[in-house]
Amino acid sequence: MILTIAARELRGLFLSPLAWAVLAVVQFILAFIFLSLVDNYLAWQPQLAAIEGVGGVTDLIVAPVFADAAIVLLLVAPLMTMRVLSEERRNRTLSLLFSAPVSMTEIVIGKYLGVFAFFLILLTLLALMPLSLLAGTDLDLGKLSAGVLGLALLLAAFAAIGLFMSSLTEQPTIAAIGTFGLLLLLWIINWAGDSGSQASGLFAYLSMQRHSEMLRSGLVNSTDIAYYLLVIILFLVLSIRRLDADRLSH
Amino acid sequence: MQKDTLVHAEHLTRHYGHTLAVDDVSFDLAKGDVLGFLGPNGAGKTTTMQVITGNLAPGAGRIEVHGIDLLDEPRRAKREIGYLPEQPPLYRELTVDEYLLYCARLHRITRERIRKAVNTAKERCGLHEVSQRLIGNLSKGYQQRVGIAQAIIHTPAVVILDEPTVGLDPIQIREIRALIRELGKEHGIILSTHILPEVQATCNRVQIIHQGRLVFSDSIAGLERQLKATSLIASFHASPDLEALARVPGVNRTEALPDNRVRIHFTDTNPAEALIEQAVAGGWRLHELSAERRTLEQIFIDLTCSEPHADQPGEAA
Repeated sequence: MILTIAARELRGLFLSPLAWAVLAVVQFILAFIFLSLVDNYLAWQPQLAAIEGVGGVTDLIVAPVFADAAIVLLLVAPLMTMRVLSEERRNRTLSLLFSAPVSMTEIVIGKYLGVFAFFLILLTLLALMPLSLLAGTDLDLGKLSAGVLGLALLLAAFAAIGLFMSSLTEQPTIAAIGTFGLLLLLWIINWAGDSGSQASGLFAYLSMQRHSEMLRSGLVNSTDIAYYLLVIILFLVLSIRRLDADRLSH
Repeated sequence: MQKDTLVHAEHLTRHYGHTLAVDDVSFDLAKGDVLGFLGPNGAGKTTTMQVITGNLAPGAGRIEVHGIDLLDEPRRAKREIGYLPEQPPLYRELTVDEYLLYCARLHRITRERIRKAVNTAKERCGLHEVSQRLIGNLSKGYQQRVGIAQAIIHTPAVVILDEPTVGLDPIQIREIRALIRELGKEHGIILSTHILPEVQATCNRVQIIHQGRLVFSDSIAGLERQLKATSLIASFHASPDLEALARVPGVNRTEALPDNRVRIHFTDTNPAEALIEQAVAGGWRLHELSAERRTLEQIFIDLTCSEPHADQPGEAA
């Protein structure tokens, strides 16, 4: 049942031009970044070879591409998640789901998986670019997969936050701006942590940027994975509660 | 509880904030019933339907669908319900086939039966020739039919339709009504509307809801009895002799109206024949004699307008 809803969500995304446009634009921007990094690398390669401990292709090309990808995805994720529930609410199609023998949890998880599947497609296309380097050189595949895992977890968290924001409102644009604001705040919240005050540890922990940096540098730490899972579960539960609140008497 | 009771609602109550939308509504729906839910705008029809279909939780009360408690076992109970909300829940970017397939899956129809279920629903609602078209491009009438197809695809015991003929042209209305009557043979149907003749044309039971309360509940046959004539209007050339009229056998009470007309009330036997005989014998110069029937509309207006604004001029008559 969850898969039925997820499949419909994914199909729905591809029936609108938005999904194709997002795929095209993200791919174009990141391809541009990727190619200019490759270009730089080729230009500086002789000098780099002389320096001790500077790292290889994976550190100098793949990691920066993934770092930029995280920022670009932070910008487009709200656009993909904004309509998930808000549009159903607006078009009054939610009652189809509410009247069907399906629980709120199934609805929310189905929707979530649909959006996440789209993000995975996007991520696969992105990962193909660094992988294409395999044709000419050796890559640190462990580091590469840690980076991909990091982006996948990041996108999973984006999707959960976006879904929750979308459950709050009837207006997709408001869901989009709300998601964007929250994501950006979570991204930069460690700036407050740098001052060295009492709360800094908490802020640093909350920052998505910190956790994604760790994974990108090849450190698969259970703390970081737990952080993402907690964010995902928190926002999915909040979405379920929000939809349930529609039914209940106030 | 009777075996063929499909919906059993008990003391349903629902608030929106401080507004009481549904106040202690109880009713039963038996198999083969087409129940018309009447009421002015904002009376609580839609809320009641949403409560029965599990779209809203009741503040208090109990609902059983086909003997299954909706609040305890929502999944099992919801399988027995097909619901068409006021605005059909359609995905405009899907084709009719894709949409119905999705609905069938949502209702957990097994893989082997899914094709057949979609085809049956399309056939019953006359959707075969549009099955490949996008729902967003269909006319309102066809969209409404897709909405009905969605509500009956899993052959539920109860079909709940919220104003199914709103916005349709007269031909489409006739078709939808015929469809509803046909569905009524196998399913129990609850139909909300504010079009009164629609109830008389399609339903066999009527309930009128007003300010969240059920104010009238009867079968159409019982309603017909209520609608039976209880008064005559007689019109004379000159002003009539009311006392002579009152002496005609069967006449209960007379009431003078302008233009030499009289309203004659009676209870059991219709005094028309006796009245004509006496009028001819007495030379009363009777012009016209017509039976006055109460219409459903009058009952509706009596029930829904008299209570809160009894002093409103002209309305409460």
